[in-house]
Amino acid sequence: MISRLSAITFNTFREAVRDRVLYNLIIFALLLVATAPLFSQISLGIEKLILVNAGLSAISIFGIIIAIFIGIGLVSKEIEKKTLYTILSRPVRRWEFIAGKYFGLLMTLVVNAFFMTAGFYLALLIVSRGLAMDDARLLIAIYFIILEFFIVTAVTLLFSSFSTPIFAAIFAFALFAIGTFSEDLHNFASLAHGVTKWLATGAAYLVPNFATLNVISQVAHSESISAKLVLFNTVYALLYSLTAVVIAIVIFGRRNLK
Amino acid sequence: MPALEILGLSKNYPVGFWRKTLKPALHPLHLTVNEGETFGFLGPNGAGKTTTLKLLMGIIFPSSGSARILERDFHDPELRKEVGFLPEQPYFYDYLSAPELLDYYARLSGVPEVERRRRIPALLERVGLSDVGKKQLRKFSKGMLQRVGIAQAIVHDPRLIFFDEPMSGLDPIGRREVRELIQGLKDEGKTIFLTTHILSDAESLCDRVAIIHQGELRGIGVVEDLKSKSADKNEVVWHGAHALGAVSTLVSDHHVTGDTVRAVVSGGDTDSLLEKLRQQGARIVSLIPLHGTLEDYFVEQTSGGAQAQAPRTQEVKA
Repeated sequence: MISRLSAITFNTFREAVRDRVLYNLIIFALLLVATAPLFSQISLGIEKLILVNAGLSAISIFGIIIAIFIGIGLVSKEIEKKTLYTILSRPVRRWEFIAGKYFGLLMTLVVNAFFMTAGFYLALLIVSRGLAMDDARLLIAIYFIILEFFIVTAVTLLFSSFSTPIFAAIFAFALFAIGTFSEDLHNFASLAHGVTKWLATGAAYLVPNFATLNVISQVAHSESISAKLVLFNTVYALLYSLTAVVIAIVIFGRRNLK
Repeated sequence: MPALEILGLSKNYPVGFWRKTLKPALHPLHLTVNEGETFGFLGPNGAGKTTTLKLLMGIIFPSSGSARILERDFHDPELRKEVGFLPEQPYFYDYLSAPELLDYYARLSGVPEVERRRRIPALLERVGLSDVGKKQLRKFSKGMLQRVGIAQAIVHDPRLIFFDEPMSGLDPIGRREVRELIQGLKDEGKTIFLTTHILSDAESLCDRVAIIHQGELRGIGVVEDLKSKSADKNEVVWHGAHALGAVSTLVSDHHVTGDTVRAVVSGGDTDSLLEKLRQQGARIVSLIPLHGTLEDYFVEQTSGGAQAQAPRTQEVKA
């Protein structure tokens, strides 16, 4: 089982690495990080603040674009091109295929985030002429961004397990947008009445809460992040993505792959 | 020992948007393939051949029935360590090289690393791809891809191999190469289940064949027996075109040239035909037995609609 799972994981990673579109995105993101010091010249004294905001946002947004862009084709492309036929005719369980695909894309995103983080710290080193102990706090924001990837990859995979790539992309981007403003949805639910309140509350809990995972602004202003929030976000992201992957496995497990 | 037993597998697809009805893609199918046999599963396009293979490979789920592969339930994933499959017009991960692809599939089939290192170069040599190096599959020709397809189907040394239209889309040289590879596997004693609509390939490779049409099994048996079934015909040539009217119900096909008639008659009706021709005063020139081909039998079983067909042929074990 481990051998099959790791084989599918590694092959998914290898496919992403050899995909030229991925390189375009990474180069674009690295350029953005690299040019951050230039932008900051227009606002003397707050170079670091702008760099942290722009750099961490770039890591997050480009990671999410890569997750959705690759994730939407994870299953549907294998069905469409019939590569899945030669996989399922081997001793591979359908759940192993889904789980392998999930871990493969996650591995791609983590490696991508690692390189972008390295580029980001390099830019920080240039702008600040050295790194402070306080800059380690930025890693918490990056850790939360990776937790974001866990969820986005899982929901994109879920949509990919039953939908066409275009619809999967629309669903995933819509869910990401709603999830980013989930705090507003909670606020709306608290103000609403009757059925609307129930529906808004249900929707607020159903969509992923990306707001809680976004601490870019706090770390940029050197605010501390509580250990409780780190623990809560970790458990939340793991449970949410696990649920989405399990649903994807159940749907895919019953599909006739024409 | 049966390598494959298909026990009433069937598949229906819902059609229609609002009021869905079930359209049968495969009627309940009963079939047995013995170990070491090369079995041809023949039928025109859309007959249900690929549907049968997809059911056996677990790609789609049956509406009813079951199957046993190598004496195990066909749902058991572990049995697939001993089964190989080449899909029709296969597409592989084109960002991989041939050795990478084979290594991936071998890992999925549970082949240990030491064995993979030994087996993959030898396999590439066997399918004539030893010189491809690290070239990605996207740069491969159709024939090369088909050979990679065969290699991936046998990389784990399976006992039973399913080939779906292995010669489809290949030029004559490519077809011969693939045929030789399959012949080699047959000589090694592998059980081979081959779907095709190229009858000459089936005739040269298969011990037994089954014919499927419109999702129904129409015939099954040893190739020579099936050929002889359609061979029970004679060609009769006589002078006296006036006699044709009296014997027209007995002949299946005829040509008239001046006063000479050339007609095909079934073996059972030959005596009656000859007697009637004599009564009509016609002069018999020749009587030639016709040699049947698999194509004749295939056309007989698959021409026309479902109503025009012979009753479903029962399984006859070789």
